[in-house]
Amino acid sequence: MEMGVATPVKLPIAKIVDEAKDIKTFFFTHLLKSEPGQFIMVILPKLGMRPMSISSDNGAEFGTTICGVGPLSNAMMEKKPGDIIGIRGPLGKPFSGRGNHVVLVGGGYGSGPMAFWAERAIARGMDSKKIHYIVGARTKELLLFEERMRRAKVNLHIATNDGSHGYKGFNIDLLRQVIEEAKHSGNPLDMIYTCGPELMEKAVFDVAVETGTDCEISMERYMKCGIGICGSCAVDPDGLLICVDGPCVNKETAAKITEFGAYHRDASGQKVYYKKG
Amino acid sequence: MADLSTSICGMKLRSPLILASGITDTTGASLLRAIRNGAGAAIIKSVSVEPREGHKGHVVQEFDDLSMINAMGLPNQGIKHAIDELIEAQKRTDAPLIANIYAGTVEDFGLLAREISKAKPAMIEVNISCPNVHDEFGTPFSALPEAAAKVTKEVKKNTSIPISIKLSPNTIAISQVAKAVEKAGADCITCINTLAGMLIDIDTAVPILSNLSGGISGKALKPVAVKAVYDCHEVVKIPIIGTGGVLTGRDAIEHIMAGAGAVGVGTALFYRGQEAFSLINAEMKEEMKRLGYKSIKEMIGLAHH
Repeated sequence: MEMGVATPVKLPIAKIVDEAKDIKTFFFTHLLKSEPGQFIMVILPKLGMRPMSISSDNGAEFGTTICGVGPLSNAMMEKKPGDIIGIRGPLGKPFSGRGNHVVLVGGGYGSGPMAFWAERAIARGMDSKKIHYIVGARTKELLLFEERMRRAKVNLHIATNDGSHGYKGFNIDLLRQVIEEAKHSGNPLDMIYTCGPELMEKAVFDVAVETGTDCEISMERYMKCGIGICGSCAVDPDGLLICVDGPCVNKETAAKITEFGAYHRDASGQKVYYKKG
Repeated sequence: MADLSTSICGMKLRSPLILASGITDTTGASLLRAIRNGAGAAIIKSVSVEPREGHKGHVVQEFDDLSMINAMGLPNQGIKHAIDELIEAQKRTDAPLIANIYAGTVEDFGLLAREISKAKPAMIEVNISCPNVHDEFGTPFSALPEAAAKVTKEVKKNTSIPISIKLSPNTIAISQVAKAVEKAGADCITCINTLAGMLIDIDTAVPILSNLSGGISGKALKPVAVKAVYDCHEVVKIPIIGTGGVLTGRDAIEHIMAGAGAVGVGTALFYRGQEAFSLINAEMKEEMKRLGYKSIKEMIGLAHH
């Protein structure tokens, strides 16, 4: 009988990088064997475990980018190199890696898995010029991985809501432009990957449907166990578990998830509707 | 050809396997998924009067060989939303969907039974035994025959739907509790809930679960569960849903031979994935063919000589 997922390991923090206010990337020297889009559970004694996305993994070292928003993630903000952290993973289904001319749309710290996707694809021989990286944030200080993606030599497209850097507006506007330009240049995009706030992801999905472009989405749902047992992250109407059947879902699956962009569930399982507008 | 279809408490089941309460089943969609994957029926996660977020943090950990310990803290949407989930889900399947109620007082058990009956579940399972919230509610009803009987009477008074009392191994004499709930009017018993336990991380000298202790399930629980089913089958006439450590077809048949009329499946969904039901169904058929059994009913209680 095949065993489930790896039992948690305890790893010392090798390095910490400040990315933005209350956003840090923690690096661990460990062979995680992860694929872009997968996640880990970060475990701290007495504070429990929370799912975190993997923002890089070069085989020797992996990184997780964490925003201080709750008890565990705030405790992480206080950690120093050498401190021991419990890690379980990699968990969940990754992005497929399909596509010959792709655009990555990241929002907030969801841009971590997008940057990871780009680096992994390039390491596997993809031409960096065939990758567009669109990253958006409210303001310049909150933009993540700009330098990293510049070094990777991908096509970089930046949007800030306040216009403090790059295009003034939303990354969804840039997505439309990139798709349009690629189409006119005779080399249309064949895949959109996205990770970020759900309403942004839903907007990206809608653009994918409208333009007939394939897409994959990394979905986020409240998780307790991360290993397909508790059912906290089950989505309607088919009961897919985002922790094991996701977090990355393809266009057909996303189209069937009726709650995508409409509501999610809180820790008790009650529906919480997204506020539109 | 071995036939897996059977019946228990008036419920027709295409397989004796039932999704156990507490595993993936917070929402109606999860119940339906278990049915689609081969379960004969599915039980919703324990429903309380008010919504509960459950315990925070480290709530589940697999250990050793095919075992697991959890302390979820009974997260659920509360009775109001649970009724809707069950009604909506039942519209989409002919398979029996089973409610499960949980309360800290006898009165609330009665209230929950009355309310959940509005959703017309095929059965109401009564969780009197979950060990995870001792700190909030004191001694569980499942520990004492009189307390368990009191809950049973109250639930029966408030519903005409068949009820199954879910017994706990965390008691000095489970067969006495079984006898007491049968006498109090239970239509069925579910044997058993998880066994209280603890894991400690020796590097940090801290118990692994946020709740410190939790309930053991999976392989480590199976012999405990099989004995509980066996002991209860000796003393009660009402049917038994055997639950605890069923990971394979052999495990399911063991429960049935101990006296179970149907078999709960939970932890197997972690070790074997969501398709555990169809895998165990296929294994049961194989074993029945090998052993020369044609029906589930002919195997019930065969281990009692």
